[in-house]
Amino acid sequence: MAASNAQQSGKRHIRLKILRQEAQDKLPRYETFDVQPEPGANVISCLQQIAARPVTASGEQSTPVAYDAGCLEEVCGACTMVINGRVRQSCSCLIDQIAPNDGDTITLEPMTKFPVIRDLWVDRSRLFHALKRTSSWVPIDSIYDRGPGPKELPDKQEPRYVLSTCMSCGCCLEACPQYNPRPDEKDWDEAFIGAHAISQVRLFNLHDTGKQLKSERLEALMGPGGVSDCGNAQNCVKVCPKEIPLTESIAAIGRAVTVHSIARWFTAR
Amino acid sequence: MSERRVIVVGGGLAGLAATIRIAEAGIPVDLFSMCPVKRSHSVCAQGGINAANDIARQQGYSEYQHFDETLLGGDFLADQAPVLEMANFAPRVIDLLDRMGVPFNRTTEGFRDLRLFGGSLFKRTHFAGATTGQQLLYALDEQTRRWEVEGKVRKYEFWEFLRPVLDELDPDDAIGHVHSDKRCVGIVAQDMRTMQIRSFRADAVIMATGGCGLIFGKSTNSVICTGGAASRCYQAGAWYANGEMIQVHPTAIPGADKCRLMSESARGEGGRIWVPRKADDDRKPTDIPEEERLYFLEEKYPKYGNLVPRDIASREIFDICINQDLGVAGQNQVFLDLTHKDPEELDRKLGGILEIYEKFVGDDPRKVPMRIFPAVHYSMGGLWTQYTQGDYDPHQPHGAHNPGDTPPIATEPGHGLKLGASNNMMTNIPGLYAFGEVNFAYHGATRLGANALLSCIFDGLYNGLSVVNAVRDAEFSAADAPQSIFDHAVADEQTKTDALLEGAGSGEIPDELNPYIIGLELGEEMTAASTVVKTGDRMRQAMTKLDELSDRCSRMKLNDAAAWSNRTLSYARSLQDMVVLAKVILKGGLQREESRGSHYRLDFPDRDDENFFKTTVAEHVPSNPDPIRIFYCNVDARLVEPRARSYGEKKAKPEQPPAQTAGAGA
Repeated sequence: MAASNAQQSGKRHIRLKILRQEAQDKLPRYETFDVQPEPGANVISCLQQIAARPVTASGEQSTPVAYDAGCLEEVCGACTMVINGRVRQSCSCLIDQIAPNDGDTITLEPMTKFPVIRDLWVDRSRLFHALKRTSSWVPIDSIYDRGPGPKELPDKQEPRYVLSTCMSCGCCLEACPQYNPRPDEKDWDEAFIGAHAISQVRLFNLHDTGKQLKSERLEALMGPGGVSDCGNAQNCVKVCPKEIPLTESIAAIGRAVTVHSIARWFTAR
Repeated sequence: MSERRVIVVGGGLAGLAATIRIAEAGIPVDLFSMCPVKRSHSVCAQGGINAANDIARQQGYSEYQHFDETLLGGDFLADQAPVLEMANFAPRVIDLLDRMGVPFNRTTEGFRDLRLFGGSLFKRTHFAGATTGQQLLYALDEQTRRWEVEGKVRKYEFWEFLRPVLDELDPDDAIGHVHSDKRCVGIVAQDMRTMQIRSFRADAVIMATGGCGLIFGKSTNSVICTGGAASRCYQAGAWYANGEMIQVHPTAIPGADKCRLMSESARGEGGRIWVPRKADDDRKPTDIPEEERLYFLEEKYPKYGNLVPRDIASREIFDICINQDLGVAGQNQVFLDLTHKDPEELDRKLGGILEIYEKFVGDDPRKVPMRIFPAVHYSMGGLWTQYTQGDYDPHQPHGAHNPGDTPPIATEPGHGLKLGASNNMMTNIPGLYAFGEVNFAYHGATRLGANALLSCIFDGLYNGLSVVNAVRDAEFSAADAPQSIFDHAVADEQTKTDALLEGAGSGEIPDELNPYIIGLELGEEMTAASTVVKTGDRMRQAMTKLDELSDRCSRMKLNDAAAWSNRTLSYARSLQDMVVLAKVILKGGLQREESRGSHYRLDFPDRDDENFFKTTVAEHVPSNPDPIRIFYCNVDARLVEPRARSYGEKKAKPEQPPAQTAGAGA
């Protein structure tokens, strides 16, 4: 039986309690690991330690924990998970902040709104599908040189920039009581689309060329699963790592959808 | 005729720009990526993207000077024609991104704002806060999604490229300069979730797989930047060029899991690098008076100051910390100071990176100088590519271009490269192209800041047309290639995978055979032997170490046997390929007995144009005892005469004869 990691030296150790699941059709179970965080350690560097020597706190030989990761600078959104009950990126979760004392435990769980692929790695395809549903792009004519885009004053560029920092991590969806798991792709178009996509609609409707598709986008948010499904819990804005004003976006788009539907009612007659 | 298809491997800026270009031309694209493309490593680029612009033009700047700066920055190792075309095309790239809705920072009047970047005395860098790469990638991601909805793009996300599939080449079908008896007709890839391995046919394959920072362990790169894909192409016969040219970025935050970039734009916006003049000065940095601070870059390079090219800044920081023992608090770190700047302006222009520092270090860089140290950042080297030169031929190379000089050539497409030529940025294997960081073509021996995003998007947009033409004009279609070659390629990869998984997951693994431990050792060795300062002895020692590591790699044991979503398998397989590429990097460095740009040899401190004004090319010859065959190609220097690269350095020592000062690059 292998000795667990922490017992090999006198340094401070912390315990990671990780919800593991071998595959979608397997039952989840917790496994705990003791690690010695190096100076400046974050959750990722602890998971890297475990990968090299996956021995549980009780000395059982296990396997490396599967998780998604990319930039490790909180700008790609890949390593999002639920840490001590709160959804966030694991790269920017510093051990000294979240587990300052010897023997502290950190719980890691996969996001619950998306299907688990394995362990902490989930399939967020539905999130990207929402961006298709809302035509989240600027409809340029072609890639050929036609000179610059529309001139834009800083008071418009600055809010657009903030909206455009959304990294599609899914924190706002995990925290939302209206956003529920939909394993079947066929249900995606009817289920609540979530704050991130509503905010992207606001972003593209603000752009001079982007607003050419304004009606399509608002229509997409009018029916079932649209902006009126928001229950106003306001959790999204609290967990957004980029501090995007998501509730403002929901309010703005909610108003735009109302105006649009009234206008449509008149033109339809 | 059956439908023509193109495969793009990699969904960063280069891959997505190519995808959009090719889809718009009506050719369907299969796009492969190890991650959802929106999470590609391009998101990490912070500072900006270079292009000549109206403001700089009115001060005597031009596309041509951007070209000249890029050559000088790269210590004249880059072939000149592609660089000219890129600089000339750059303003069109910015305009297109602007039309796609990238929120570039704006002036009061609503024009695109500009900032200063390394290697230039002119503001020529366009930016969107301090997350320019992220913003550009998102714009291209959105346009790609639009083509996906149109049915022109099929994404294969969480698929890993395993190898190109090659068929015998009929010489009558050859395009460009023929350097191979094979052609590329598709790829083998593996679904990282189900572990299914299968082949895909394509009439052209574009590699846009980025850099190889993970070979050096902790770098500024994302965890997917192993260089594995490039190595797999190299092992299949594609040439790898200038591998030894690895850029070490002067300003990064050392961390437990990686080194986080602190953008050059911090210096572009006025950030100053310094250390206390007295070693072990333990006062708070803000208490140290101005005259007791050593602004070593500003003192030594009064003209460019903190904005000398990256290799020079990295070497100076290295020198201050390692040789002069002046590192802050006796450690390998120097101050990068923004505390004299207006915090509101900092938030507007650098918010993204200041947040990174705050989040990962815990100090507020608006109030306390940041502590930084160099880290491996970018590979100028990459897959060797060819091109057809454009119509500009000065007959006699020009000398240095000074502000206000009339550019000798106009800026329409076609002067540097021939627009749409089928072989532009094609490797030595017909049908296999390399775009973006994995393409060696543009940056010579050092890349200037904010030129990377440009070269990626330029490749995709401009050279994407070359792929379109090649695929449309070809007599041969990949659909006609025999199925057996695909089946063999899949079977080979399956065998390799099975071998790696043999005996996996059965108890504790000795460190000697543990892929994660081998990976750590590889990173430490390569960082120590082949980064800021190199010597022949140290690199030879590293080569011996790499021989040991490849042997251990061949006997590796995995601690996970899962037949589902096994990321350890993916890492272990990459590691084998990383060691192969690391040897190419080392061997190129050993044989280049000179100093040029990022490649600084203590034992050969000068640039040696007589012997090494050439491109290093590595070819994999498995039948040779040493399978790395190195040969050299001449650099295309028809346009500009190489000159010394001094950046106005003030010498402490008396003047040396020019032949000796020319080379060190510092």
